Amino acid sequence: MQPPAEHVHWLFGTGFLVLGLCLLAEVVVGTEVWRMRTWRAYLWPGLAFAIGLLLWPVMVFFTNSTLHMLAHGAWAEVLMFAGAVELALVRGKLRSSWWQLAITAAFLVSGTAFLVHEQNAWFFQRSSFLHHLMGWTLVGAAVFPFARCLRPRSQTAAAGFAVTFLVLAVFLYCDRDVAPIFGHISTLAGPPHR
Amino acid sequence: MNAELVSELEVPRHRTARARLVSALGPLTALAGVIWAIVQPYRITLLHPHGEGFWWLFVEPPLLVIAVGLFFYFAILPGLLKDLEAHAASR
Repeated sequence: MQPPAEHVHWLFGTGFLVLGLCLLAEVVVGTEVWRMRTWRAYLWPGLAFAIGLLLWPVMVFFTNSTLHMLAHGAWAEVLMFAGAVELALVRGKLRSSWWQLAITAAFLVSGTAFLVHEQNAWFFQRSSFLHHLMGWTLVGAAVFPFARCLRPRSQTAAAGFAVTFLVLAVFLYCDRDVAPIFGHISTLAGPPHR
Repeated sequence: MNAELVSELEVPRHRTARARLVSALGPLTALAGVIWAIVQPYRITLLHPHGEGFWWLFVEPPLLVIAVGLFFYFAILPGLLKDLEAHAASR
C-alpha cells in the first residue's frame, strides 16, 4: 500500500499548488482582506506545519539511504518550526518581522536537503535533475522571505514567495522515478517508466 | 417602489481589477490541467486502466490540477470576493 516515490512527489505538488494559489490570492487582495476570516489567516502557517509533519512518514518509510533519512528529518523539523513561528506571528504571540528568518531558514534547509540527498549528477535521470533544480530554486528563493524581514509590506517579496510554491508544484509534478531528462538518462538508472 | 433602490439594482456590479484577477486564478489553473491532460493523456491512467494499483488510479496529476483550480474557485473565492467587497465598501 506504500505509494511509489513519484506519487508522493505529485501529492506534495498538489499541496504546494493549493498553497501557492492561496498565497498569490493574498498578494492580490491584500493581507488585511485575506485575514478577515480566521481560517484563511491560519491556512499558510497550518499547511507549513502540516507539510513538515508529513515529511516524517516520508523519512520513515522511504529509507533509500541514511542521507535521505537525515535530509528529510532535518527538513521536517525546520518546516514544523517555521510553521509554528508563522502561527505565532498570525496569532500575535510574536511581533517582530525578524521571525520571518525562520521561514528563510526553512527554505535554505529544504534546498540544502534536496541538494544533499541527491547523490547523482544533474543529467543522471529526471528525478536527479529535478532534485538539483528544486534545491537551487529553494536556496535562491530564500531571498523572498528574507526580504519580508526587511520590508514586511513588500508586494514583490510576497509575490515572489507565492510564485516559488507554484514553481515548486510544477517541478514536483514533473517528477518520475526513472525517466529521461532532455533526452539524457544514465544506463545505471534502470528502465524508464512510461 | 423606491426609485433609488431600483437604480441600485440595475447598475451592474463594478468588479475591481483585484477581484477580476483573483477570480481568474482558479479557472486558469483548471485550464492548465485540461491542457496538460490533452497534451499528455497517458498521465490519466483512468482512460486506459490495465491492472494498475490503487496509487496509479488515485493520483493522476492533470486531474489533481483541475481539482485544485475548481476547489479554489468554488471553496475559497466566493468568501474572498465578499470580504473584498465589504472591505472596499467600508473604506
